[in-house]
Amino acid sequence: MEFAIKTENLGRIYKIRGGKKEDPKELVALSGVDLQVGRGELFGLLGPNGAGKTTLIKILTTLLAPTSGRAWVAGFDVTERVNEVRQRINMVSGGESSGYGLLTVRENLWMFAQFYGLSSAEANRRIKALLKVVGLDDRINTKSSDLSTGLRQKMNIVRGFLTDPDVLFLDEPTLSLDVGASRDVRRFVREWVDQDPTRTLLLTTHYMVEAEELCDRVAIINKGRVLACDTPANLKHRLQKDVIYRMEVSPLNSLGTAPFEALPGVRKVVHRPQDGFSVLELILEKDDALSSVVATLTSADKHILNLQKREPTLEDVFVDLVGYSMEEVEQAEAPEASQ
Amino acid sequence: MKRGTSLQTPEWPVSLLKPQKPGQRVRKASGWRLFLKTVLARAYPRIIGQQREKSWMFFDVFLPLLSVAAYVYIYRAIKAPAEYVGFVVIGGAMTAFWLNVLWSMSSQLYWEKEQGNLALYIIAPNSMMAILLGMALGGLVATTLRALVITVIGSWLFQVPYAISSFIQLFLVFTLALVALYGMGMMSASFFLLLSREAWHWANLAQEPIYLLSGFYFPIKSFSFWIAAGASIIPLTLGLDAMRQLIFPSGAALGFLSVEVEIGALLLMSVLFLLGARALLAYMEKLAIQEGRLTESRR
Ligand SMILES: Nc1ncnc2c1ncn2[C@@H]1O[C@H](COP(=O)(O)OP(=O)(O)O)[C@@H](O)[C@H]1O
Ligand SMILES: [Mg+2]
Repeated sequence: MEFAIKTENLGRIYKIRGGKKEDPKELVALSGVDLQVGRGELFGLLGPNGAGKTTLIKILTTLLAPTSGRAWVAGFDVTERVNEVRQRINMVSGGESSGYGLLTVRENLWMFAQFYGLSSAEANRRIKALLKVVGLDDRINTKSSDLSTGLRQKMNIVRGFLTDPDVLFLDEPTLSLDVGASRDVRRFVREWVDQDPTRTLLLTTHYMVEAEELCDRVAIINKGRVLACDTPANLKHRLQKDVIYRMEVSPLNSLGTAPFEALPGVRKVVHRPQDGFSVLELILEKDDALSSVVATLTSADKHILNLQKREPTLEDVFVDLVGYSMEEVEQAEAPEASQ
Repeated sequence: MKRGTSLQTPEWPVSLLKPQKPGQRVRKASGWRLFLKTVLARAYPRIIGQQREKSWMFFDVFLPLLSVAAYVYIYRAIKAPAEYVGFVVIGGAMTAFWLNVLWSMSSQLYWEKEQGNLALYIIAPNSMMAILLGMALGGLVATTLRALVITVIGSWLFQVPYAISSFIQLFLVFTLALVALYGMGMMSASFFLLLSREAWHWANLAQEPIYLLSGFYFPIKSFSFWIAAGASIIPLTLGLDAMRQLIFPSGAALGFLSVEVEIGALLLMSVLFLLGARALLAYMEKLAIQEGRLTESRR
């Protein structure tokens, strides 16, 4: 198999400078990452904020040097053959505000196409087609400063496809898009990869559904480490012996999940407080364990409002691997990140 | 069959992007063609975009003309030689370039970083030098428009007499002064990016003294030799001095050094500043990639 992307024991440590006197702190953003993405694959990196997804993309797009290990994109080493890599890739990040507000959508896109050596005629032809695909063709002559965040993001996405890369990197492409626009972008991404078996696309996301529905293979990443990498179906297959319930109960408040996780047969419990009630996601080894969960609830004077058995999702796979849901991981990291 | 599919989904022209054969890609220029395309494309927002905001006529033409007028009236009041009026008009026009380099060119890379463009420039398959040259070219063209308007209006308002002694030398001086000035701006663009906020204080501090020292509004011959020589680090100083010698009847008498020497100095500065800009830019890119901090807008 030909690899479009390959990494070997890839790692990145950031040095964070405190005050003048303090020694710089070290932050391990990526560690021991071994990935292989085949040509023609639509590959997803799934992980919570701060997992290291953007760091990995930056290394693969020659924007950041790894502090250990090696990586190849389109067959070239990303630190030694920078120019060869750059000629074959492009990158779009969610929420970026690139370009010049005084220029129109067409002019901005044309400018970036020039940086990649496209002829003006070819660039304009592709701009028109791509703007149509994302439903932005009626804004072709709008100043980009007049676009809403969502429309601007569509323009950025067009910029990525415009230069016809071998390998395209999309960092949280649907970040500021509404449901409809996200769906359009996903559909396009999928078709683009399917159109030509030599095209490869790597995207990062922290939306489970996106990874699950869109990607051929997904790597689950947390705290800089790849915990699992497989097709969504195979990843979920890990949980085939388990049963999963979604339960709505009266607010848990201080009760927490500990009493449930202590019960035999209960593997993981995720608690999502809602407005006026609590949602419990239960990963159980056997159906029987449910009765002890119900008993614990009853003795704590909590009512069951709704109960549903469901198929495992990638979210459950993440909980199974990490022990917490992605939201919980993000909340735990939040005070640190805001420093 | 092709027509059938396009009729079915007229709003979904993704098929337009399908290559005839798998693996086929659009043609892309490389080498010097790519370099040239990049320079022109990056100059475009300045040359076209910047004229769209009509407020430039006020800030970039009316305000400079006001300070020119102030000096003219002071000189007339103190009965300074009549040539000084012409000096001031040319000085006012050239100030536009200085302000463009100090405020726009120098902060450009920093601003591009904040905007998120810097990362995209770095990963594009061309040299950052082409991007920076494009910024300079764009700023230069846009500012030439402003300087021209200031010169024409100022000369007409204050009836400035011109007597150009050598067109060739004038062209050389003007071109070299701008190349050196924008070369300096390209160098300071990397400085600003590396120093970020601190650089602002420096620029603020530098603006007024340089007005004075560069002789925007009077000949630097009025200074002692060493102060004038020191002020000549800013390419506009010698550029202005030489231009005045070449376009005013009595200019030569008020010149600091001979025009030939000044042309030589400007040529040297052009080369040094451009090489310096290239070296600093390479250093900046290396640092950005090693430390992962220069392309981040959030820290
Ligand atoms: N330039 C940087 N300097 C220092 N730390 C950084 C830098 N960029 C990211 N980090 C840290 O590295 C970790 C991974 O970040 P990132 O790769 O952006 O994660 P993700 O994209 O998955 O949210 C986070 O803890 C983040 O705070
Ligand atoms: Mg990220």
